[in-house]
Order: sequence, then C-alpha cells, then structure tokens
Amino acid sequence: MKWRYFRQHMFFAVVRLSALLIAMALGGIIVYIVVNGISVISWDFITLPPTDSMTKGGIMPAILGTLYLTIGAIAVALPLGVVSAIYLTEYAKQGKFIRLIRTGINCLAGVPSVVFGLFGLGFFVVYLHFGSCILSGALTLAALILPTIIGASEEALKAVPQMFREASLALGVSKWQTIYKIILPTALPGILTGSILGIGRAAGETAPIMFTAAAFFTAKLPGSIFDEVMALPYHIYVLATAGTHIEQTRPIQYGTALVLVGLVLGVDIIAIVIRGYMRKKKRW
Amino acid sequence: MSRHLKETIIKGIFTAFAFASVLILALIVVFLFREGIPLFREVSAMDFIFGKEWYPTYDPPSYGIWPLIIGSVIVTIFSCLLAVPLGVLSAVYISEIAPASVKDVVKSIIELLAGLPSVVLGFFGMVVVAPFLQETFDLPTGLNIVNASVILAIMAIPTISSISEDALYAVPREFKEASYALGATKYETIAKVIVPAALSGISTAVILGMARAIGETMVGLMVAGGAAAIPESIFDSVRPMPASIAAEMGEAPFGSGHYHALFATGIVLFCMTLIFNIIADYISQKFKETGSATL
Repeated sequence: MKWRYFRQHMFFAVVRLSALLIAMALGGIIVYIVVNGISVISWDFITLPPTDSMTKGGIMPAILGTLYLTIGAIAVALPLGVVSAIYLTEYAKQGKFIRLIRTGINCLAGVPSVVFGLFGLGFFVVYLHFGSCILSGALTLAALILPTIIGASEEALKAVPQMFREASLALGVSKWQTIYKIILPTALPGILTGSILGIGRAAGETAPIMFTAAAFFTAKLPGSIFDEVMALPYHIYVLATAGTHIEQTRPIQYGTALVLVGLVLGVDIIAIVIRGYMRKKKRW
Repeated sequence: MSRHLKETIIKGIFTAFAFASVLILALIVVFLFREGIPLFREVSAMDFIFGKEWYPTYDPPSYGIWPLIIGSVIVTIFSCLLAVPLGVLSAVYISEIAPASVKDVVKSIIELLAGLPSVVLGFFGMVVVAPFLQETFDLPTGLNIVNASVILAIMAIPTISSISEDALYAVPREFKEASYALGATKYETIAKVIVPAALSGISTAVILGMARAIGETMVGLMVAGGAAAIPESIFDSVRPMPASIAAEMGEAPFGSGHYHALFATGIVLFCMTLIFNIIADYISQKFKETGSATL
C-alpha cells in the first residue's frame, strides 16, 4: 500500500519538476536578454538609424520595417482568415470538400518557415516581379500566419452559443445578417486576441523575410511598398553571425533582441490578459 | 436583389475565400517544383538525395544533400529526447495535477515560450549555451548537435505540450471516475487510464513537435555549426537542411545550379514535414473520440 503512494509522490515530483524546468527556461532566457540589453536601450537607440558601419547608432529603421511587414501581413491575413473560419463554422457541411480545406489548412500550418521563404522568392519576388520588398515580405508572412488566424477565429466562433443563432433565425433574420449582426460582434474579441498571437509570430519570423524583403542596411527609410526594409529579427541574425564586428556590436545585438522580445511578448501578454478577463466576464 | 440570391452569392464568396489556404499550399508546391526541378537535368534524384558531398560552389559542383538530411534528422531526434518527456509531463501537470490558479500561469508560460522568436533563441544558444558547452567539455566549438538539440527542444515543447493537453482534457470524465471507484490511486489512473486513452492525441503532438523541429531554420543556422559533413559524435557540427537553404540562398546566383539545388532541398524538406503532418492528421482523424463508447 505504502509503495503505491510513494510511487505517486515520486511521479508527481517529476511532473512538477518538468513544469518548473519549462518555466525556468522561459524565465532564464527573458532575464538574460533583459539584463544584457537594458543598458543599451535609450531614446536614441530606438529613434536613430545605425551609423559607423552598424557599430553605433540605433535601430529605428529595423523597428519601422518590422512594423510595416507585420501590419501588411495582418491586413491581408486577418480578413482572409476570418472569412475562412466563418465558412468553416457557419456554412460548411461535413463532406469531401471541407475535408480538403481542413487538410489544406493543417498542412499549411506545418510548412517550415524557410519553405515559405522559398515560396515567396519563387512566386512574389521572381514570378510576379515584385522584387525583394515590403509587399513580397508581407504577403509571405500573411501566408505563414493564415492558419493561426483561422484556428483562433474558428475557436472564437464556435464559442458563440448555438441559441444566439437559433434566436436570430427564429426572428426571420437571414443567415448572412445573423452572421454579420449577431455572431461576428459576439466572437470579435476572441478573434482579435487570437489573431494578436499571429501578429507576434509574424513580427518574430526571420527565414520567410530573408529572401523576400529584408536588407542588411538601407540608407533611406522605405518610401513605398516596393522598397526593401531592415527588420529586427534579420538585424539580430546578421549582426550576430556575419561581418567583421561581431564582438563589437554585441551590445547592439542584445538591445535589438530585447526590443524584439519586448515587442512580441508584450503583444502576446496583452492578448493573454484580455482573453482571461473576457472569459471571466462572459455571461452565457 | 432577392434575399435568396444575395445569400447564395455571399455563401459563394465565403467558399472561395475558405479555399485560399488550399490554393496557397498548391502554389507553394508549384513554385518549389518550378524552381527545383531544373536541377535534375544536372544530377539524378538518387545522387542528389544520397550523395555524400555538398560542395555547391566548387567547380564542378557536387550536390549531395545526404549530410544535410542526416544533420536535420539527428538534431530532430535529439531534441525530441528532451522535448517529448518535458512536453507530455507538463501537459499532465496542467490537465491533471496543477491547482486551478497555477494551471493558467503554466499555460500562459508555455504560450509565451511558443511566442519567443526563433532568432532570439538562436542568439541565446550562440552567446550562452555555446560558450558553456565549449568550456565544460573542452571543445573546439560550442556550436554543435547538442546545442542545437537543446534550443530546438525549447521550441518544440510548446507544440507538444499544448496538443497533448487538449488530448488529455478530452478523455471522458467517466474513465477517471471508474478508475477511482476501483480503488486506483491518482498516479495509477493517470498512467494506466488517462494517458493510454489520450495516446493518439499525444502521438499527434509528438509528430507535430518533430515536424516543428525539423523545419526550424534560425536555430539550425545559428547554433548547429554549419559543417556539411556526416557527424561522428554528438559534439560535431552539422548543417540541417533549412539552415543550408537560408545560409546559401543569398549567395546563390539566380537560376544557377546552386539556386535550383536549394529549391530542390526545399522540396525534400517540404515532403518530410508534409508526411509528418499527414500522419498526424490521419491519427487524429482515425482515433477521434466521439464519446466514451468509442474506446
């Protein structure tokens, strides 16, 4: 009898330890980046362009570039994803067609990010002659985050109680009006918080923009969507691996990593907090 | 316009939009093959996949990606040795053991871990894990299989954990109650009832975690060391496929053999992850729980 409980205690200890290890890994990485990066962060660091062949100055063009790419990606992927999710939850009936679409979404979610990069290079940059620019990068990132947004939207739509739909239809409201006036407004906060997690993903990805949008250094800020941009993740990668000043630019690397982590996790934390708040407030 | 017609048109538009994902997937396949296939006028598919020498810039070049495939497979397997136990056990912790308040915190931590940009993890591997390994084991370089596997495991854990947790959560309550009613301890219930019942979902989680690790680019690029040779020890450097594509695409002249070879490597990588995904999809469909009666 005792042995059975001893074994249980041992097992629980191992399980708790593994959860603790994961928390420590996250905490350790964040603390390390913050401790090493915080001294670099200043107003000048985030508002000035790099100078002296990247060894001095700030990272403003990279911050701006990441914002452009992320906003572009979300502007394309959000409507597309939400409409797909509405179709899947509200219109589709079980069958071969929906099975095809679901398999397509699942497979798309599993495509490696570098393959998205190759696709963006082959399709947007070369075939459509966009060249390496904001447009190509944003569209490539949009393809990458589409499955995330569909998944989040679907979950939010499924959480709308069935009786909302029934009540609306019983009043003689058409299906589209029910979706537009009842279902979407109810699901919108859930859709948005879920999609914010997609924003974080788009902002942090490197491989898809390496061949489609990112430049090591641009003398001017981008003037149109057909210009190349600097981007935070690419900036970290290039400074840390290439060039002759790897050790010299270490502080800038830490600072850039901190800005990127702050941006991505900050957005994620906001989404998680809002979602928790909404779940508590829910009245049905 | 009649109301009925309007509804039909709207439904048509929605259907077309929903098809976008399938279309993008098809375009990915088309453009990978369009740019990758020309390579096979120069080398045969067998020589490409099983060739042991990757010297794309030599004259004459040799395009054998076997060392890259081995590199990818090795770091994936080693990272799973770490990520599978940690991921599954943390899922058990969240769904069965943790008190409600701790549960939400741990779930958020795992979500944030999933949100960490891969380039930041790669950077961490370069500046922290690499010097540590180099000093501790007295190695020529800390950028090697062990380093890449550890960092990749950190990336795969959230995938494995969250999907496993869904699977554990879906196990019907009656199973637990029946087990407790028979006098089983909580441990016995978890190990002999809950985990076996959720096994198909956990397998899906592991496969998707592996797919994540094999396709990850920046970590392989920054911390695996980049040697395109078949490794002899776990402290050797390797060059996983995604890393090779990312590192060399910038230098490969457009339309050259090297350029096509990198796309062809992309095809191999795409096919490998696709197979993982199809298996995962198949398992989750085949063993879908539709109620306690199906088990």
